[in-house]
Amino acid sequence: MSRNPKTEQPGPLEPDRTAPGTLARYGLIYAALWKNSVMRETMFKGNFLLWILVEVLWFGLQLCFIGVLYLHTDHIGTWTKWQVIMLIGTSHFIQQMFQAFFLVNCTNLSELIRTGKFDFLLLLPINTRFVVSLRQVDLGAFVNAASALGVIGYAARQMHFVPGPVQVLVFFGLCLGGILVHYSLMFLLASISFWTVRAQGIVWGYYNLFQIARLPDEAFHGLFKAFFTFALPMLLVSNVPVRVLTNKCDEPGPVLLLLGMSGLCFLLSELGWRVSLRRYTSASS
Amino acid sequence: MRKYWHVINLGIQNNLTYRFNFLARALFGLVPLVAMLYVWKSIYADKGSGGMVGPYGFAEMVSYYILVTVVDALTAVNEDDWQIAADIKDGNISHFLLKPIDFLWYRLCLFLAGRATYLAVAALPLALFIVFLRHYFVLPPDLATLGCFLVSVLLTALLQFFMSYTMAMLAFWVMEVSTFIFILYALEYLASGHLFPLNVLPPLAQRVLSFTPFPYQLYFPVSIYLGKNTGTEIVHGLLIQAAWVMAAWGVARFAWNRGIRKYAAAGG
Repeated sequence: MSRNPKTEQPGPLEPDRTAPGTLARYGLIYAALWKNSVMRETMFKGNFLLWILVEVLWFGLQLCFIGVLYLHTDHIGTWTKWQVIMLIGTSHFIQQMFQAFFLVNCTNLSELIRTGKFDFLLLLPINTRFVVSLRQVDLGAFVNAASALGVIGYAARQMHFVPGPVQVLVFFGLCLGGILVHYSLMFLLASISFWTVRAQGIVWGYYNLFQIARLPDEAFHGLFKAFFTFALPMLLVSNVPVRVLTNKCDEPGPVLLLLGMSGLCFLLSELGWRVSLRRYTSASS
Repeated sequence: MRKYWHVINLGIQNNLTYRFNFLARALFGLVPLVAMLYVWKSIYADKGSGGMVGPYGFAEMVSYYILVTVVDALTAVNEDDWQIAADIKDGNISHFLLKPIDFLWYRLCLFLAGRATYLAVAALPLALFIVFLRHYFVLPPDLATLGCFLVSVLLTALLQFFMSYTMAMLAFWVMEVSTFIFILYALEYLASGHLFPLNVLPPLAQRVLSFTPFPYQLYFPVSIYLGKNTGTEIVHGLLIQAAWVMAAWGVARFAWNRGIRKYAAAGG
């Protein structure tokens, strides 16, 4: 970061009137964080490309799985092959965007606490959650998100289907909701680090939930479906956007539910964060 | 031999501190498994009763995934590959060059200790899960099959370990081995039968896979258990599996010997 917190910190009671507005200030800080991330990535170019390859392989693997399933069936519920491929693409897009902005930062929280670096972040004159959540940007994930968009486009072509501009807009809006769900839940899990240093296992356990988000909702019913709709809304995250995009959504219910759940998850994570912060005692001193 | 028992003992004690992680891993791991079973159920429901996917009825398909989970718990490499790579990178292997203890056997002991601990922790959720699905769970056709299954599981564990060990040896040459480990893992996940039984694939794909070690990392023991192989096929398969184990062990030794020549300990 270019600003030196020690010299530029305004007193808590008299805000510095010459400083840029809050939004602009956070914009500047975030730009600096981006610059750091770009610098970090360019130091290990080969590694950067290899990580993209890893993600592409895993993405291909999911598509392969769907290909094999549809060797033996024509539809899962009402979902056809290309609709499910679109679903896999969308789920990958949402996951990669989440990964681009948040994943590393969430998994790093327990490390920050364990090493005592968290103290330093607490002292910065900015919102601590902001800097903890957005410290690093994973640039490779943007490349992978783009490849997911490519697959979505290809699936639409195979279905001879062109969505309207409003549909596309709503689709991306709902994807944002999905990203917010993943971020909020993962951040909530990461906050467990304040209680136990072994939270990393739990945070990685969340990875298993991504696998549910890419499956068609109609395969599920009963308690499982209810739990992953209303408690951990994995079956909404990517299913609802794809339903909107492919005219599989006749009623506003699921859309409102996804938006509502994403808001709720965010609120819960903020609450969990505040409760956890109050518990925090430094590890280093 | 006694010193290796000590290593196993130490490994178990070390691993027990992570019992909570293991439990979380075992529990979370069941969630996508259940999801997968739901998807298959809806595919089978569409076919009506007696519907088959490849040579599998629904009950057999459920058994397949349960057994995959069991064999995986018994044989999967957990963090051994990362740790070995870290040992090389951090220079911890210097000790082993001076001591009368072989690094490969040392790590194998730790791997076995890790599996034993994991199994102890994961046994309860896994058993509950199987009880829950008992109507779909099939038993092996006879005791001989069960015996062959167990032998094959042991070979699977060795194959998994030696392959991971070889991958970790890359740490002698490159800074960051995690990408390579993940690439191999992705291939294994698909080609070893983790996602679906390999004999629902088109024949050509099955044929290609049969020339790789991957099916022997998971699919082969499971298909023995389910009685998908006849007597001579089992013997033949076990011999091939043993050959892959020997080959992987040879490559692991070779990579270590080459790596050690390049190795220069920095610092202590």
